[in-house]
Amino acid sequence: MRFLSALLRLYPASFRADYGREMQSIVAMRLRETEGFLPRLSLWLETIADVIVNSASVHFDILRQDLRYTARTLSRSPGFALTAILVTALGVGANTAAFSVADFVLIRPLPYADGDRLMKLWQSPVDGSNGRNEVSPLNYKLWAGNTRSFESMGAHYNSPVNLVGGGEPVRLESAFVTGSLLPILGVAPVRGRLIDASAERDVSGVVISSSLWQSRFAGDESIIGRQISIDGSPRVVIGVMPETFHYPNQRVSIWIPMAQEQLDDDDIGNTYWYVLAKLKKGVTHEQATAEMKVTADRLRAQYPSELAEVSIAVDRLRDEFSRQSRLLLLALCGAAGCVLLIACANLANLLLARALTRRRELVVRAALGASRERLVRQSVTESLVLAMLGGGLGILIATLSVPLLTRLVPTTLPIAQVPTVDPRVLAFAALMTLITGLGFGALPAWRSAGQVELGGIREGSKSVGGRRERARSALVIAEVMASVVLLISAGLLMRALLRIQDRDPGFSVANVLTLKTDLPSPKYDSTARRVIFYNEVLTRTRALPGVVSAAYSTGLPMVMTGGVWRVIREGEDPEGVSQNERASSRFVSPGYFETLGIPLKDGRDFEETDDSNRPAVAVVSESFVKRFLPPGNPIGRRFTIRGDIPLTVAGVVGDVRVRGPERESEPQVYMSYRQYPDGQGSFYAPKDLVIRSSIPSASLVQSVRAIVQRADPEQPISNVRPLSEILSDATAARSVQVRVLVAFAAIAFILAAIGIHGLLSFAVSSRQHEIGVRLALGAQRADIVKMVMGKAAVLAAAGVIPGLLIAYAAGRSMQSLLAGVEPADVTTFAAAGVLCVVMTMLGSLLPTLRAVRVDPATAFRSDA
Amino acid sequence: MAYEQSDIDALLPLPPATFHILIALVREDRHGYAVIQDIEQRTGGELRLSAGTLYRSIQRMLEQGLIRETRDRPAPELDDERRRYYRITKFGEDVARGEAQRMASLVRMARAQGLVLSRA
Repeated sequence: MRFLSALLRLYPASFRADYGREMQSIVAMRLRETEGFLPRLSLWLETIADVIVNSASVHFDILRQDLRYTARTLSRSPGFALTAILVTALGVGANTAAFSVADFVLIRPLPYADGDRLMKLWQSPVDGSNGRNEVSPLNYKLWAGNTRSFESMGAHYNSPVNLVGGGEPVRLESAFVTGSLLPILGVAPVRGRLIDASAERDVSGVVISSSLWQSRFAGDESIIGRQISIDGSPRVVIGVMPETFHYPNQRVSIWIPMAQEQLDDDDIGNTYWYVLAKLKKGVTHEQATAEMKVTADRLRAQYPSELAEVSIAVDRLRDEFSRQSRLLLLALCGAAGCVLLIACANLANLLLARALTRRRELVVRAALGASRERLVRQSVTESLVLAMLGGGLGILIATLSVPLLTRLVPTTLPIAQVPTVDPRVLAFAALMTLITGLGFGALPAWRSAGQVELGGIREGSKSVGGRRERARSALVIAEVMASVVLLISAGLLMRALLRIQDRDPGFSVANVLTLKTDLPSPKYDSTARRVIFYNEVLTRTRALPGVVSAAYSTGLPMVMTGGVWRVIREGEDPEGVSQNERASSRFVSPGYFETLGIPLKDGRDFEETDDSNRPAVAVVSESFVKRFLPPGNPIGRRFTIRGDIPLTVAGVVGDVRVRGPERESEPQVYMSYRQYPDGQGSFYAPKDLVIRSSIPSASLVQSVRAIVQRADPEQPISNVRPLSEILSDATAARSVQVRVLVAFAAIAFILAAIGIHGLLSFAVSSRQHEIGVRLALGAQRADIVKMVMGKAAVLAAAGVIPGLLIAYAAGRSMQSLLAGVEPADVTTFAAAGVLCVVMTMLGSLLPTLRAVRVDPATAFRSDA
Repeated sequence: MAYEQSDIDALLPLPPATFHILIALVREDRHGYAVIQDIEQRTGGELRLSAGTLYRSIQRMLEQGLIRETRDRPAPELDDERRRYYRITKFGEDVARGEAQRMASLVRMARAQGLVLSRA
């Protein structure tokens, strides 16, 4: 029987109270009528099944009833329903969006086998500072041959290639890989096989990405074995990787085995490889770091001059993105958390206020026999329905807004660019919704239902418990506090963005078109051959109507940040020069400075006569003069960079922010495109065409395309975009983040105002009687205004003061993002203060008006 | 309580258990277990409602106004104070009648098609 009464607990308490005893007695009677073990057993089983099925159905009946009731009550107060749904939607939406991006970038495991054991190895400065340099092939071999921590090691370098055949020639990002690289990642190809150790004997086989397979070969089923031509040499497709596979980044769409001479390169100073290694099982990141440190010490002793300043850094592949990206995302999550907090506080306040106004209804229902359980259950159903509607809307908001946040996904990570709203994210959203709905719906319901039993019907709606109002005030104060934090954080980041965008990039972007013609090797290996191409393209382009000037360059500022080499001053011993004495270099054609609007400060621009028959010349930036040249006239001074050929300074130009507006750039050195040494490969050869025009640059694209086509029909064009876009891209992640934060702050601001409004209007309406009495006793309207506004001011002040302190702390923790804006920036804090006053005024406006309009006669009505 | 034909129609067709319970209550007030026994007897043991089905139905029927609880108790020597007694309402009778007519007309239709051979 005890078992039976336990079983009956599956029924709702109200049902149990009504019928439990009778049901129990019926089962007991049946048991008495039944004899024998088996019949009794079967009766028991039958009873268990009966309870399970029928209790579920009773619960369902109640749910249906409650839902009907909820639909009725909500449609009777659509304002409340709409506000509650919107508030929840904003909270859930903001958090779901923020979570889906953060989860994607920070939490989710990388899509490789044993992704947590994958490490990147770098050459790093001995002093332990944060520098990370690429690895020379010889160093890689020395590391790989001697490690106990790693089970395998592979390397690659990125290089764009031209794919010819099967349609228009196309430029692709490729990775040249060692045979060991792809197997480390542990991802099986969807067709064919991987590049593996056998590639050391035969380098003709390449692996392509799914997207290339689809876009270029229309998903051709007989792709394996197909001949293609890459940079003029024949290759064979041996494998296709799955759609989800990206390495080293999303842009690479073809993997090519490294040529033997690259594998055999024993110039230990030639650093351009990226090394990936997989930890042995059980070996930790720290152990591997310690072992590589020992290796580095040993190699330094072995190569005292070449590796004097080289240590080895071991980084988790998972952490392969900048501190700034991480901070941006964490700030986003913090902001989303604030919005959720505010939304929850608001929802709780709405529900509390509603519970109070519905007391009388609850009292009546309780008097008619509804148990506390039923009343609570009804309230919970109602708040869950609200939360679910809000949550559904929130997911919709999140799904729509996630694509807007993709700029926050660092491109250095080997994952897709667009985070997907997947089951994890949906589960997260559901959890948020549930917490909001249950935590802030059920608790008030439980408490108010409890008080209904204690209180009496005569209390009606007049009573406002002091404790209750304190709780609601605390919630509003929390809202104000969180919105102050958000307002100030958004303000600080906005100031930082403005400051960064205000920085002079060193060039002017109006009406400058850029595009890339990546001349393939070996076809264009000779400088003379390239110059013919450049000249044909440049001459025809300059002749186009509306074109002011045009030039070629090794790389655009803020796009190509490499080409950084050690500078040796005239008469200096290269052995003694630190690796930190470096400058950023590129080869340019005459007219480059004019085209980009880089001012010529001294000397001259390059001329077509600066070719291989003449002494090598350089144009340097002002910071280069300051840093590397002795005082006095810089023109005619000599130095070397990247090799042994001494360069003579022919001109001085303004500085350019090569590394973008946010980072310090190395001084710049420009060399003549006709003096690019032969036989150096095409890596640093000019490939970017820049065109300044007096007409909108977009109108030039077609004609320039035709010009390139005519110069070399096999030559693809890529990356066509205005220079202004490059500049804005450089701060895109930041401006997206600022926009998101500002949106969050605006939401918080509105929610907090709603919160103040809600609390005050409730206080006013429940104090009509009191206000009426005061007015009847001779109080002036102004006193009433003072009373209501005073309350608003107290609430606001109580929230603003701790908010300011927290905002200052938040500002300090993201100081590295602030570009020199002080965490206690007076303008921002003042603006936030003014906004808070506005918020308080807005929130208290209507309640104050209502209070002032109270008719003193209400004081004499019995139950206002 | 005033009600209309549409209130009756809204409840039809009745779930079999509900119809049986109404039939059991037409002649006399009964408590739950008596209802089960009456149905069992009338159906020759074919239908034996479980306690759960019975009380779930009863709860719903109370809400729908088909039956009500009665305070009239039988003679004390026959009574068990735990028991609740149920009485069919006027509305309940009309709904049961409506259900019976609905079934009868169904049977007529089936007979017209030769599905039912002899008069039941």
